[in-house]
Amino acid sequence: MIDFQYARANDVADAVRLIAADPGAKLIAGGTNLIDLMKEDVERPTRLIDITRLPLNSVEETADGGWRIGALVPNSDLAYHPLIAARYPMLASAILAGASAQLRNMASTGGNLLQRTRCYYFYDTATPCNKREPGSGCSAIAGLNRMHAILGTSEACIATHPSDMCVALAALDAKVHVTGPAEERAIAFSEFHRLPGDTPQRDTNLQPDEIVTAVELPARGFAENYTYLKIRDRLSYAFALISVAAALELEGDAIKEARLALGGVAHKPWRDPAAEAALRGQSANQSTFARAADLLLRDAKGFEHNAFKVDLAHRAIVRALTQAAAGTPQSQSDKKIR
Amino acid sequence: MTQTIGPGQSKAAIPVPEKVVVSLIVNGVARELQLAPWTTLLDALRDHLDLTGTKKGCDHGQCGACTVLVDGRRINSCLTLAIMKDGAKVTTIEGLATNGALHALQQAFMDHDAFQCGYCTPGQICSAAGLMAEGKAKTADEIRELMSGNICRCGAYPNIVAAIQQAMEQS
Repeated sequence: MIDFQYARANDVADAVRLIAADPGAKLIAGGTNLIDLMKEDVERPTRLIDITRLPLNSVEETADGGWRIGALVPNSDLAYHPLIAARYPMLASAILAGASAQLRNMASTGGNLLQRTRCYYFYDTATPCNKREPGSGCSAIAGLNRMHAILGTSEACIATHPSDMCVALAALDAKVHVTGPAEERAIAFSEFHRLPGDTPQRDTNLQPDEIVTAVELPARGFAENYTYLKIRDRLSYAFALISVAAALELEGDAIKEARLALGGVAHKPWRDPAAEAALRGQSANQSTFARAADLLLRDAKGFEHNAFKVDLAHRAIVRALTQAAAGTPQSQSDKKIR
Repeated sequence: MTQTIGPGQSKAAIPVPEKVVVSLIVNGVARELQLAPWTTLLDALRDHLDLTGTKKGCDHGQCGACTVLVDGRRINSCLTLAIMKDGAKVTTIEGLATNGALHALQQAFMDHDAFQCGYCTPGQICSAAGLMAEGKAKTADEIRELMSGNICRCGAYPNIVAAIQQAMEQS
């Protein structure tokens, strides 16, 4: 691994001061992605700022009935937190669909948001990659792109965001709380991650001198009618080809409120207000679901090795909405898709 | 207040691996190590403490051979910096037996022939110990899912699941 300096931050202000003072520094919490990327020579921080001892490890109810999750809460603790599992089971399910038990024990809430793409070319320093080395070109567009994006791509980058947890957080309209040298601010989840455009090196709208302190969930948790359906090349411990977070509020057969987000298809969790509007007020049936899928995928465009994902996504959306409407969410241990 | 530990301030110079003191309680024994900041917990165990039961497989968190318990939780030691675990309790495969008696999982792995080459076995057993402590797996499907971070290239999975089921029934 590369050489680096190590500093331990003692509070949030200390962490912000350290990160603001050194453009070559990186914050480290779980380290599951950053240390891997350092071993691959993709990330080369000159200093690591260890934030694992900051007091950001609690899950607390907010004044308006939502929940605030500290940035250092491990993924496994969040998924198994009794209140999260009861109130936000789609979030718990999405977390348990990702990574392995060991990695979930290590990985933090904030770090999950900030993990980087698993595009093979981003990892391979012998190949051009605009995300790793802006201006060098994209090797994936005409290369091996089976796991790559079908929505929101640009001529510079077709990488996907790898998180499962973030797909559920997007569907739940979470907020990301961050602290910088001048202010604290809250970023809507839909505004947190970016599309690649011509700056694929920037994954998020977090500023270089800001630290994620918490993720806030609104009160509405869709605990009755939800699913997280993940399609991948092996049954466990693999990144999504397609994943769907679907949540409904039903009145009898009528859809009162709907949320639909896709993972594995874009540089960020993919939502479209038009697709959700097409569900609201309609009866929960296959033709309603297919119309929503049409809308969510209306701009989808496949590449040589991932064109199949457009059809796969359509069917996964319809299946996920069917599971959500029936109140039979996808199990993350029994892998049979019903 | 900030503690800064590491090589000199000049980025132009090749950093000298200035070592820092890291304290760990490994298998119940307090150990003090002089380590460079980039030393992983895996390398600290194998190369500095001669605890070579913990295996280096992929070294990227994909195979689980390096699984150990830190403060009772299973983690990948290859993706963990030892310096970040200063003060932690670490349990490796060498620390599972008590007073010469095998851990129930060690015995069960032998009873069920739950390995062929054995390279993944220390990680499998430490991971299974973490799984049992978590208490989330009840069925074979749940064991398979929650053990998916441990790869066995010999394909001993059916016997591994049977061994874990035996140990779970005994506990």
